[in-house]
Amino acid sequence: MADSKLDLLQGTLDVMVLQTLAVLGAQHGYGIARRIEQVSGNEVLLNQGTIYASLVRLQHRGWISAKWGASDNNRKAKYYSITSNGRKRLAEDMAYWNRLSNVMARVLAITPEA
Amino acid sequence: MREFFNRLASFFRGKQRDGELADELESHLALAIEENIRSGMTPDEARRQAMIRFGGLESAKEGQRDARSLPVLERLAQDLRYAWRAMRREPGFALFAILIVGLGIAASATVFSVINTVLIRPLPFEHPQDLVWIANFDKNDENMSGQTLQVLPFLAYRERNQSFTDVAAYFAFYGAGDTKLNINGNIEPLNSLPVSQNFFPLLGVHPLIGRQFSAEECKWNGPKAVMLSYGFWRQQFGADPHIVGRSLNLDGTPTTVAGVLPPTFDFGSVFAPGTHMDIYVPFPLTPETDRWGNTIAVVGRIKPGISIAAAQSEAAALSKHITAQYPNKNSLDLTLTPLKKHVSGNFRPALLVLACAVGVVMLIVCANLSNLLLARSTARQKELAIRSALGAGRGRLIQQILTESVLLSICGGALGIVLAVSATVGLAHLGTFKIPLLTAVHIDGSALLFTLALAVITGLVFGVVPALQVPKIAVNDSLKEQHRGSTDSRSHAWMRGALVVSEIAFACVLVVGAGLLIRSFVRLLDVNLGFQPAHAAAMHFYPGAPLNSSAKTNSYVGEVLRRVAAIPGVEGAGFIDSLPLGRNRTWGAPAKGVVYRRDNYPLAFVHIVSEGYMEAMHIPLVAGRYFSAHDNGNGEAAIIINETLARTLWPGQKAVGKLMAAAGGRDQHVIGVVKDVHHISLEKASGGEMYLPMRQVQDFGSLNLVVRSRLDDTVLSRSVQAALLPFDRGLAHEQFFPLQQIVDQSVSPRRFIVLLLTGFACFALILASLGIYAVISYSVGQRTQEIGIRMALGASPGHLQKRFLLDTLLLALIGLAIGTVASGILTRTMAGLLFGITPSDPVTFASMVVVLTIVAACAGYFPARRASRIDPMIALRAE
Repeated sequence: MADSKLDLLQGTLDVMVLQTLAVLGAQHGYGIARRIEQVSGNEVLLNQGTIYASLVRLQHRGWISAKWGASDNNRKAKYYSITSNGRKRLAEDMAYWNRLSNVMARVLAITPEA
Repeated sequence: MREFFNRLASFFRGKQRDGELADELESHLALAIEENIRSGMTPDEARRQAMIRFGGLESAKEGQRDARSLPVLERLAQDLRYAWRAMRREPGFALFAILIVGLGIAASATVFSVINTVLIRPLPFEHPQDLVWIANFDKNDENMSGQTLQVLPFLAYRERNQSFTDVAAYFAFYGAGDTKLNINGNIEPLNSLPVSQNFFPLLGVHPLIGRQFSAEECKWNGPKAVMLSYGFWRQQFGADPHIVGRSLNLDGTPTTVAGVLPPTFDFGSVFAPGTHMDIYVPFPLTPETDRWGNTIAVVGRIKPGISIAAAQSEAAALSKHITAQYPNKNSLDLTLTPLKKHVSGNFRPALLVLACAVGVVMLIVCANLSNLLLARSTARQKELAIRSALGAGRGRLIQQILTESVLLSICGGALGIVLAVSATVGLAHLGTFKIPLLTAVHIDGSALLFTLALAVITGLVFGVVPALQVPKIAVNDSLKEQHRGSTDSRSHAWMRGALVVSEIAFACVLVVGAGLLIRSFVRLLDVNLGFQPAHAAAMHFYPGAPLNSSAKTNSYVGEVLRRVAAIPGVEGAGFIDSLPLGRNRTWGAPAKGVVYRRDNYPLAFVHIVSEGYMEAMHIPLVAGRYFSAHDNGNGEAAIIINETLARTLWPGQKAVGKLMAAAGGRDQHVIGVVKDVHHISLEKASGGEMYLPMRQVQDFGSLNLVVRSRLDDTVLSRSVQAALLPFDRGLAHEQFFPLQQIVDQSVSPRRFIVLLLTGFACFALILASLGIYAVISYSVGQRTQEIGIRMALGASPGHLQKRFLLDTLLLALIGLAIGTVASGILTRTMAGLLFGITPSDPVTFASMVVVLTIVAACAGYFPARRASRIDPMIALRAE
């Protein structure tokens, strides 16, 4: 089972976090991790713990902000939301990933006959 | 950039961030567990699944920490914490190491500050590099008349030269306390310096408040004006800002205060070390002052782009012209020196020797600490091995050890800075050393930076050797501690031996240097001064009314001497214008009727004295008689000369009874010949001297009373004042000082160097002996079992003790051999500082060898004795 999961490339987790926050709005760490797992269809090998290194890195760079708040069932949790700088960054990253995946798709589509 | 600062901020708030993270992770798990329970798991299973999904808690924390903070700093902080714990565990070692480094760094920083102030830092004037000392006949001696100029030739030179933007002068024969300030009847004697109008503008010294002297004030008999020194203004007038324009009663004349000089201007510290000036008055450059002869000292500001050499050749040509033009004036023979060199050039060799000495001290400090750390790192091999077995890389271990040593050295550096600051403050306020600019010594930015750099470099240097040992440690061996005592790594032993040998060699050099200087100093103090300072005291004397006529002087001198001689306990008393080893002046001293070539004209130091002076000073009479009260205006003009002058003027003949034409007016009869007195310094022979009786010649600016007595100085002061006050109310203030003080002052620069160098040498000796002690006792400790076996096999304690002592002496001998050769080479550079001995003085070298051998033997004795007391049974059972 474990072998079939995708190992995350350096930097991809950051993009996923940004995108999740951009779509869902303010969210706590557990929520972000769950969301990524769900969206990827459990394809991604994610130790939920690793998300916290990504969160603090994004915070330092000023792309997300954090605030303590209460969850649905009144539990104290830290809520993250994307900043305008973060949205700009996300747009750049998205363009990059789209280009990269296009290129990769084309390169991998080459067959000996072509 | 932003990320870096955020990371830095997180680094310093690590605790808080850790707490927040823990809270966050806790809520994460709680949320996960709740969700799992909702999906139907049992609480235990829910928790287990949540943990699995989360991954490692600790590794998540670690990952977050790395991401949020600076790993390099984190590691450094760890190392520092660890080093701190290590220091706390062995406080003795840490204290000792810090003390050594602190003392070494304090010594370096202090010496560097002194050198920086005296030799490197520019003089406290505007564009000081353009200032030039213009001396007449400078033969680099301290003979003041030999350096001064006469006013008219000076004015001619000032007008004609093309090299200087301006040339200024001050009156070099100012007397100490010869100006009297009268404030509401209280008479205060002041040190006053007459300066030419352009003196302060030329130096670029601007009054703090007020103005410079006006041209009118610098005319002969012009309106009286005075400028106050900053210190005097504060002390006498409480820094009154309204002082400018007020009138002071100076010498009975109302004098306007023109201005106050800034605190940065200290005439004494630059031009006349060991003295201070209270006030400055205008010196008129007029025919009236020209008549006084060679009296002015001259400073010039050279034009931009003109070299000293060019100015010098112009000065040489002009000197000839001007001398020819004024046949009746004193001749001119100008020598130009950069002012900075004139002020501190004499101290250069001595300070450079100190700098080298302090460098050697630092080397010993490094060697010693290297040794200590090496010993410790050997003892810590097991710990290092464990850490390396647990996965610490070699780089990491080296970093750890270097961190520890740098931490030690920085603590030492901090201590050093504290010590150095107090030492420099002490030096600056001592004021007893006649060294220029010393009062301005302080630790400045560059000195601090230097110290800090020194501390870090020291740490790295003495940490490097032990750190390099780390990779050699074979984990397995160390952990098993297979080596049974005697197989201590040979390279270790070798390195420690080499360190001790170098310490001893360095100590040799310092001990020899200090020894040579001490021997010179002792020789110097043994010099026959020509007078006896013991049981004699002197005081500066400021008569209430000026003694400007023969009649006034006669009655005044006679009355004072009569009253003083009547005091019980006083054996003799007499006046002189200026005391030996103080200020001096020379006059022409021709024999009557002899025509001299101009370059061979006899000159002699001149002293104006009363009867009783020579007796009070114990200056021995060689022929003829001393002055008496009858050598006054009514008697024939009399003169006493010293042996050197007698030999110069009348070689092979009796001088007594001959005639001289030494001062204007009547020819003088030589009535006596006395022994030579050292008037310039203890090092220099005195040259020709002549004494003129005060009752006949009134050409003196200051007065000193010398009294020979076994009374205590304060008792003497009180009795003399009691005897004189009814006669002259102006004498209330001055105190007697022992005559020895003028000798001490004269040798003070040398004493300064001797004291410092001796201190360094002692420090070096202590460190070297500690180094020996450490090495020998370590080797005893390592070889405990070997010793036990030897003893069990019948070796006697005495034999063992001898063996360890021999080891010690072998180290000492190698060190001594290297040290002796090195000192032999290095001390040659000190030749100029020595007096009465050669740099290869056998006594000094022999004593150095004896001292160091004894010190080494003592240092080796204690561990050797411990070795001989080892109980073989205990030694063999150990481990």
